[in-house]
Amino acid sequence: MTLEEPKIEDISVDDIDFSDLEEKYAVPEDTTFERFVVVDGCPVAPEAKVPVLTKVLTKLLSQAGTVVSFHMPLADGKTKGFCFVEYESQQNVDKAIKALNGKKLDVKHRLFLNRWNDVEKYAISGNITDEFVEPTLPPFQETDYLKSWLQDEAGRDQFLLHKNDTVGAFWNKKKHAPEPVIEPRVGWTDGFIKFSPKGQYAFSIHPQGIQCWGGKDFKNLKRFSHPKVRLIDFSPSERYLVTLSPDPIVLPPEDHPKRASFPFGPESEGHKLIIWDIATGLPARTFALPPHLEKVKEMVWPLIKWSYDDKYVARMGPNALAIYDTADNFSLLDKKPVKIDDIVDFEWAPAGVKFASSKQNDPLAHVLAYWTPESGNQTARVALFEVPTKKVLRTINLFQVSDCKLHWQDKAEYLAVKVDRHTKSKKTIFSNLEFFKLNEKEIPVEKIELKDRVINFQWEPNGDRFVVISKPEVVGANQTFVKNNVEFYAPEITKDKASALKKWICFKTLADQTSNTLKFAPKGRFLVVARIGGSKGFLEFYDLDYNGEKSENENVAANVRLLASDEYGGMTDVEWDPSGRFVAAWSSIWTHKIENGYRLFNFAGELLREELVDGFKDFIWRPRPASLLTGGDKKKVRKNLREYSAQFDETDLMEDSSSARELILKRRRLLEEWTAFRANVAAHKEQYGIVEVSHDNEDLEVIEEIKEEVLKETEEIVE
Amino acid sequence: MRPIMLKGHERSLTQVKYNKEGDLIFTVAKDKIASVWYSYNGERVGTYNGHQGTIWSIDVDSKSEFCLTGSADFSMKLWEVSTGRCLFTFDQDTSVRRVEFDPYDNRILAVTDKVMGFPGSIITYKINRDSPTQQDTTPLLKIDTKEGFEKVSVAGFSYLGKYIVAGHQDGTISKYDATTGALIGSVKAHEGLITDIQFSEDKTYFIISSKDKSASIYDVDNLKQLKRFEADAPMNSAAITPVKEFVVLGGGQEARDVTTTAANQGKFEARFYHKIFEDEIGRVKGHFGPLNYIAVHPSGSSYASGGEDGYVRVHTFEKSYYDFKYDVEVTAEAKAHAGEQ
Repeated sequence: MTLEEPKIEDISVDDIDFSDLEEKYAVPEDTTFERFVVVDGCPVAPEAKVPVLTKVLTKLLSQAGTVVSFHMPLADGKTKGFCFVEYESQQNVDKAIKALNGKKLDVKHRLFLNRWNDVEKYAISGNITDEFVEPTLPPFQETDYLKSWLQDEAGRDQFLLHKNDTVGAFWNKKKHAPEPVIEPRVGWTDGFIKFSPKGQYAFSIHPQGIQCWGGKDFKNLKRFSHPKVRLIDFSPSERYLVTLSPDPIVLPPEDHPKRASFPFGPESEGHKLIIWDIATGLPARTFALPPHLEKVKEMVWPLIKWSYDDKYVARMGPNALAIYDTADNFSLLDKKPVKIDDIVDFEWAPAGVKFASSKQNDPLAHVLAYWTPESGNQTARVALFEVPTKKVLRTINLFQVSDCKLHWQDKAEYLAVKVDRHTKSKKTIFSNLEFFKLNEKEIPVEKIELKDRVINFQWEPNGDRFVVISKPEVVGANQTFVKNNVEFYAPEITKDKASALKKWICFKTLADQTSNTLKFAPKGRFLVVARIGGSKGFLEFYDLDYNGEKSENENVAANVRLLASDEYGGMTDVEWDPSGRFVAAWSSIWTHKIENGYRLFNFAGELLREELVDGFKDFIWRPRPASLLTGGDKKKVRKNLREYSAQFDETDLMEDSSSARELILKRRRLLEEWTAFRANVAAHKEQYGIVEVSHDNEDLEVIEEIKEEVLKETEEIVE
Repeated sequence: MRPIMLKGHERSLTQVKYNKEGDLIFTVAKDKIASVWYSYNGERVGTYNGHQGTIWSIDVDSKSEFCLTGSADFSMKLWEVSTGRCLFTFDQDTSVRRVEFDPYDNRILAVTDKVMGFPGSIITYKINRDSPTQQDTTPLLKIDTKEGFEKVSVAGFSYLGKYIVAGHQDGTISKYDATTGALIGSVKAHEGLITDIQFSEDKTYFIISSKDKSASIYDVDNLKQLKRFEADAPMNSAAITPVKEFVVLGGGQEARDVTTTAANQGKFEARFYHKIFEDEIGRVKGHFGPLNYIAVHPSGSSYASGGEDGYVRVHTFEKSYYDFKYDVEVTAEAKAHAGEQ
């Protein structure tokens, strides 16, 4: 019997199972309404106007994509005030809503676009209950007392040391090894770690976002999810955290389980800058990165700047300044940005301003300063601007300006504007300093003209003196050989107080310096002049109120004196502690390859401690909030200073002697251990084959070599 | 006292050694010529010519009769110290990084490099002292680098010539029986290449230096770390001083990184540490390149350092060196003295 192969013609078409193919090539029927939009707020018009209206609306709606169908329902010969639009794809719908929702058609009519699905979901009764359900509040989580470090009995300051992947928190013990606050943590951060401005929180950077730490043991308090975050900043009262990431926010899809807990709404899609409320851990507002900043290599930071009390926050756009009110849900002040053509930079006053004209009980004003460069016939301008009144208080006009820097004095009594001007040939640059005196009547402006270019300007905190580093412009000279000058300025004392306008004069110049950094002590008076970077780093400690010898210049209330100096090759940073008692200088592996570590000085420049640490990255002082002591309290402390200092000396002495004792004990132990080891070896001489080394030189042969050199031979014939 | 500069080598020094009496200093460098000098005045006595490549290592026997060199020309040569005559050449498969006589002068040790498929070994030979030109080229022992170990960089004989202790590229040290070659123990001592091993006077403990910027002292018997000295640059050599309880460390920023740093940051100084307290107590400046080897006079009166800069500097210790004592030491001595009486 043979098996015959079935012929293809014999098989009936009906017998073939096509279900697999059908499944494969099935065309899904689009029965959803994802591509439909309901447009509300259209004018109610008679039937005759429908074609015109349709044309207008279709044209408008086509901005977001091709309109496939358009339907405007009628009732009683009139339009009903809404219409249905079908787009080609869902992307068009998203785009349309984003671009056109809330769009004003004319004075009376504003369009509101909604997804068909949303209308179905929310508007049809029954889908959503009208009953209000109280949201469940998560139970209150108690944290440690966040300011516990301020209660240290010895009033010591804390700092973080970052080396390799390890970060540790320590108490400053002056010349002794710092005392750990917590066990140093490996991998505490994946980038850097930063304290908030008043020191309550520490923030660590991770690929997933930011973590916030605080309390006695630096416990984890909050997490802020912002993937690939790069830059962070804080509001001055540490209520808000600002983060920036190169990755835009992407919403998880609507049906994704993560969507419910996702902190951002659809309006944040694509945004890169987030303002967080630190206390709640939730985003307060998000912003898109302005397009002109998308491609810059080095990001300007901070992108948004805060008024001194966190009330307002402002950010600069091209030709405009947007000011937001934090109390009003971060809404744009007066719903529109302030138009300022060509604005280059702005700075908030770091404190509330009291004008000469303001009354006793007037609240302190929020002021900001901005500048605009020359363009066309316009001169360059610096202006003072009050918020929220949006009043320009004072402007000055400048010309031949290449750059301006705004330097507020910390009490906001003065604004110094460093104006870099160029000569007509544009070959050399020199600086002018313009001073706005905000407390005086009509805000007078004083000008100081300098011959040189100012490369660094520092106000004395809490004072009215300032110091600049200027670099003489020598045409054709090699810039690396041009030495800088450090100049000290103070207001001139004039006998006739009533009429005198404050005038600053230079009372001291340090010529031929290579310094590039100025660091004032947080409470003023003491100044560190340093050269940072490179192998020839150094620090110089100055006192501006030295009360020894008489002042060189009697016209100013100041007497500068060099207290100490130290060379520190490879130094990359220098920072005062928040109390102004110590200065830390360090060499970070981030910018300098070898010999990393830190040095600790006291305010008079005495080196207390030096540590070389391989892979040392960062030294971070923990900031302190402003003192709560009243002026009277402070006076009392000053009066009894002698008593206090005696107490402190005693504590120091005890500390010293206890550590000295420990050291001696440790050495004694080491010596005993070693002696025991050697004694053990000596006891087993045979085993080790130790031959007593004879110290008498019996078998040593001493060879004495006498060298005679004939220097000169003369022959004299004696008769 | 002013240091004596031994200027004779044209390239960087690789090893310097005193003989047993300390009157001669033997030096080898990358310039293929070994030299011998009077330690007292720095006069060159003579040279040993014959190698075709860098000489990595030299050792002299306790009678100052023969000396031994190991070279990158794949050979090890035995020389007559007094005449400079090459007595015998031991050919090897790869370059010889370390040579040493055993404490009784009748065995020698060579550390060969791990290249070209050769595993790198520690090889010992018997030395025929009676007719030095006739040597047996069959090794007594050939310890190839064992599985799980990185290549050997340095090695030396312990007391009685009983053990061979070797330092490895990854910072491990290992100990072998010097007659059977059996591995007795090993310990991870450092995080980087072991650059030098030098034994104490009685060879019961030894100091090793490492590229991981530190040096340490180990007990031969139990391979236990006794002391550790932290430095701030890679260390190339370490020596123990007789008489005083000090150690001398030498090294410096790697030659290839030097150009990126200023001269004062190269750390080309010899560092003195207190052997017991592990504190750094002093530095001696002078070289302008990393220090490649440090040797201390057997009577503890001077030390010699060979640098990457091609110079050997011989420093004689001054009175302050001998007088330096920690308070604890002074009290301990006083106590011992009182006990004797």
